[in-house]
Amino acid sequence: MSQDTRQDNNGIVVKVVGLKKTYFLDHVAVPAIKEVNLEIPKGSFVSITGASGSGKTTFMNILGCLDKPTEGEYFLQGTDVSSFTPDRLAEIRNERIGFIFQNFNLLARTSAMENIELPLVYSGTSRHERVKKALELLEMMGLKGFEKHFPQQLSGGQQQRVAIARALVNSPSIILADEPTGNLDTKTSYEIMHVLKKLNEEMGVTIILVTHEHDIAAYAQRIITFRDGLIVSDTVNHEK
Amino acid sequence: MNLPEAMKVSTRALYKNKMRSVLTGLGVIIGIAAVVALVSIGQGVSRKIESQISALGSNLLMILPGSTSMGGVHGGFGSVNTLMPSDAAAIANQIPDALYVSPGVRWVGQTVYQNQNWATSIMGVGSSFPMIRDWPITEGNFFDKEDVDAAANVCAIGQVVKEQLFGGIDPIGKIIKIKNLPFRVVAVMAAKGTAGFGQDQDDMILAPYTTIQKKLLGIDYLSFIFVKAISSSSVNAAQQEIESLLRQRHNIKTGSDNDFTIRNVTDMLAAVMNITGLLTIFLGSIASISLIVGGIGIMNIMLVSVTERTREIGIRMAVGAKRRDILLQFLLEAVTLSTIGGIIGIILGSILSITAGSFIKIPISINVFPVLIAFFFSFAVGVFFGLYPATKASKLNPIEALRYE
Ligand SMILES: Nc1ncnc2c1ncn2[C@@H]1O[C@H](COP(=O)(O)OP(=O)(O)O)[C@@H](O)[C@H]1O
Ligand SMILES: [Mg+2]
Repeated sequence: MSQDTRQDNNGIVVKVVGLKKTYFLDHVAVPAIKEVNLEIPKGSFVSITGASGSGKTTFMNILGCLDKPTEGEYFLQGTDVSSFTPDRLAEIRNERIGFIFQNFNLLARTSAMENIELPLVYSGTSRHERVKKALELLEMMGLKGFEKHFPQQLSGGQQQRVAIARALVNSPSIILADEPTGNLDTKTSYEIMHVLKKLNEEMGVTIILVTHEHDIAAYAQRIITFRDGLIVSDTVNHEK
Repeated sequence: MNLPEAMKVSTRALYKNKMRSVLTGLGVIIGIAAVVALVSIGQGVSRKIESQISALGSNLLMILPGSTSMGGVHGGFGSVNTLMPSDAAAIANQIPDALYVSPGVRWVGQTVYQNQNWATSIMGVGSSFPMIRDWPITEGNFFDKEDVDAAANVCAIGQVVKEQLFGGIDPIGKIIKIKNLPFRVVAVMAAKGTAGFGQDQDDMILAPYTTIQKKLLGIDYLSFIFVKAISSSSVNAAQQEIESLLRQRHNIKTGSDNDFTIRNVTDMLAAVMNITGLLTIFLGSIASISLIVGGIGIMNIMLVSVTERTREIGIRMAVGAKRRDILLQFLLEAVTLSTIGGIIGIILGSILSITAGSFIKIPISINVFPVLIAFFFSFAVGVFFGLYPATKASKLNPIEALRYE
């Protein structure tokens, strides 16, 4: 443990050791992640690519504390969260993780502002503080004037910006984005990637992004490739 | 998440599905309204019957000729002439627990004052009758023991008789005729209203029983004897003492039935209250079935709602909602539905019972107690029927919930 804390001090946000995840379908073991070892320093922008079914989403769910590994450890900022209870994991998600989903996952018939405020509601932040932070992020995402709009009144790109604002509102340690551009046209995809890149470069936000499109993966500094539940390549992106 | 925040989320969700919320709440509204209305009406009827019975007088025993077990076979009460004035005298002399004793005879006939006449019931009673029946006199003085001993032609009249025969005239000292026999009016009784048996007690003339027996009817037996016990605690003792005294006086062998019946007003009241109380509980229980149906409606809709909102639950969990937060959100929805339904139901049930009460001429008062019970029940229905769907929601796996289409 003490060693891990030191590593945290060295700026490692995510450390995964001997991580395995096996699903059981009708008593048949389906190994989704065979074994993964990984370290991600603070301020990184990492892309995870790989064929469909290679275990990317499974890995992201574990990183996002939505799921637990079957074996191995996951240290988030030096804390081993692999044995946490569901409620402790909920707290970790609330305080340290921001999610961006392929299908945006905004609350329907709920205004942009309230969607952005949602994580703060569960962290017990005062209404005044919530509104202040949400407004700030809404403006940062270029959505001033859309405060009262419902998701169904916004374009895909706008909805994803609301989702990014929501992911940022609790000042998380990492942003996890599973195919964030999967439901967007090319132009809007690049816009969203610019936003993420800017967040990483200007604010030092750690971003881990899953995509199977090379041009999207190319926005990251480091590209990790999964195949059949294993990391088959981990390269620095020289295009950067 | 704190309670006010959770309340806001829940009420918002209900508001977004207005029509569904109203229809679901309707089940509870109808259930609670039915409970409140039926219980209030039941209590109103109970109170009315109670007040009618207690209007007979406190600590009162009524002795009637004939046995209860003879029932319809032998013609029932009053068909046998076993009760004598000497029985009444013996009770007065030998039973220390008997404070007042009044013999009584009953007759119905025409009464005349000048050109006014009125058919009414005429009761021959003793001088202690007003004390026995706790019946105040508004004008004049009730006839005394000398009048009774002398079989004097005097009478006291009820408010209805006063109205019918005298109108606005002062009746004291006036002579009325009953079966051509002149009676001087010496007293007017206070209004008493309808007795437990349905007859109007104010439509009545009271005269010495001796006068009625000898001069009017030519009989020597009595229709009843009224006894007032010293206190409520001595009523039962008095009843037993009177029973053994009368059995002895009437030479009834051990094992044979009484040839008289003693009715204890306190017992009658207790029996009637018992029955009306049971009736109220029965009505309330039947009505609560509709409340349970309303509760099942809430559970049904909440289950549908949890399924429909699986994705929402997943999103909330992803951004940090704990199981308890999700549980609270859905439980509060169910409880809000049921308690608002309950409040509307209480108001509706109150209006309903007061309206119904005015139709059947029974004063209905809405008591705090049944209202609180009804409110508590509507709350409990929400908790009970909301707990399962809410637990189900809180136990969802966030990954699967997020994937739900
Ligand atoms: N809940 C689950 N139950 C059983 N098998 C699963 C489950 N989720 C994923 N898998 C399996 O695990 C493997 C990896 O899936 P996933 O992580 O979704 O891959 P990717 O996101 O790279 O397409 C696949 O073979 C998939 O069928
Ligand atoms: Mg996937």
